Amino acid sequence: MKGLSLLVPPVGAFLAVYIAALVALFVSAFWTVDAFTGETVHTWTLDNFRELWHGATYHTVALRTISIAAAVTVTDAILAFPFAYFMARLAGPRMRGVLFVLVMLPLWASYLARVYAWRLILNSHGLLNWSLHKLGLPSAGIAYTNTAMWIVYSYIWLPFMILPVYAALERIPHSYIEASRDLGAKGSRTLRTVVLPLALPGVVAGSIFTFSLTLGDYITPVLIGGPSSQFIGNVVYDSALGSSNLPFAAAFALVPVLVMGIYLMIARRLGAFEAL
Amino acid sequence: MERRGTRIALGVWVALVLLFLYVPIAVICLYAFNSSNVQSWPIAGLTTKWFSPAIHNGDMQDALKLSLEAAALATSVALVLGTAASFGVHRFRFFGRESISFLLVLPIALPGIITGMALNSYFAFWKMNFGLWTIVIGHATFCVVVVYNNVIARLRRVPGSLTEASMDLGAGGVQTFRYVTFPTISTALISGALLAFALSFDEVIVTTFTAGAQNTLPIWIFGQIRLGQQLPQVNAVVFLILAVTIIPVAIAQRLTRESGILRTE
Repeated sequence: MKGLSLLVPPVGAFLAVYIAALVALFVSAFWTVDAFTGETVHTWTLDNFRELWHGATYHTVALRTISIAAAVTVTDAILAFPFAYFMARLAGPRMRGVLFVLVMLPLWASYLARVYAWRLILNSHGLLNWSLHKLGLPSAGIAYTNTAMWIVYSYIWLPFMILPVYAALERIPHSYIEASRDLGAKGSRTLRTVVLPLALPGVVAGSIFTFSLTLGDYITPVLIGGPSSQFIGNVVYDSALGSSNLPFAAAFALVPVLVMGIYLMIARRLGAFEAL
Repeated sequence: MERRGTRIALGVWVALVLLFLYVPIAVICLYAFNSSNVQSWPIAGLTTKWFSPAIHNGDMQDALKLSLEAAALATSVALVLGTAASFGVHRFRFFGRESISFLLVLPIALPGIITGMALNSYFAFWKMNFGLWTIVIGHATFCVVVVYNNVIARLRRVPGSLTEASMDLGAGGVQTFRYVTFPTISTALISGALLAFALSFDEVIVTTFTAGAQNTLPIWIFGQIRLGQQLPQVNAVVFLILAVTIIPVAIAQRLTRESGILRTE
């Protein structure tokens, strides 16, 4: 069995390091830290989950994270659909190739650089307020707010939405649209009853990225957000590395994993995995 | 088929979205040449004076060196493990084949903070010293899948008849690999390696948990921005990174197109 021997090193390495570490992490969510010694106490307890359940701050943080992730997903879907439609249906092969590269390229430009660029644009003496001023409008005080985070996340993850929506739209046979028109449907009706349902798996596939990547991030809240912009990731980061309470961090980190798990189950029902 | 008005509206939309995607990148590039050390718009004037101190900054150089070493090593590990996995999965049918792709994609599917935290406590448990090798292991976890995806996509497109023909003509296993299999996957390997390198070079989240007290370049930049220190130099470094990462990605893009004996035109 030569094939199996090829698989032993990668699978073995993943099981021994990555999976073992993950399992250990989630087991530790049921442990606690001794308040005096700072040592991890290896007794089974639901204390961490109780603290999460009763702590109003944690609810606010979790709710904020999930709502911004949802808002970003909707925004990206709205921005991406017409763009992907143009790419798939109107652009010629050459134009399509150019657009494809133009969408891909920002993904590979440094993540930090792109977040930092927005900090420069949104701050009170940045490009945004300068442009508003030139147009005779009052300044927008959105630097270091949740609005700023919503804009930045929508910006950063947009390519992840455009690409799967494009792939889904490209796969719709032209004859479907012709058939719809021959049967007397107007443009808007064809869009609503033929194109949109067939593109939905692509939108859902893209939303997996935009939603999950926002849920797990903690860099943008530090650089773009304000004092009340903490995300689940920030609380997890602070309790894991700041106050060395790894069990609590692990317990809170289960929230985005759980949310994603439910989301993926819904996504599978909507056929998103075939569109990936 | 779409009406003229719709076509124009869609075209305008595409232009606006492209503007949204590229204005921030243009802005950060311009700020690198800002003659004032105040970060406001419009920039005071154009200068290249920040590049020299940025390049000669000792902390930046150390961080850059660590980033390059980590990316090179993580890419090497990913090449070996990713290629082995793709050949194993491609050639042999067995129960649980799908779960291997799932296993390899997990580090990308799960939030980076979870991978980072898990590895952090795992390394601490084994009393490993945080440094170059812990960073390499952390980066390798999510680089493997990049190589794997590239190579397996290529293997699926190469007709099995090519290797069969080679064997029929009397070539041994090694000869077939050297003259048939390797040339067909070589560009996929290079593009996979370039993308893995770029991914590792840019990573912040997992790295903050696996680097200990050391700085990779993104961590150095993150720290400087957060504390508002030496921002003109940071702008210059960011500009250089953007310029340099675009090149390998552009090459990778070209290489994943069909080439050599796979060309269909």
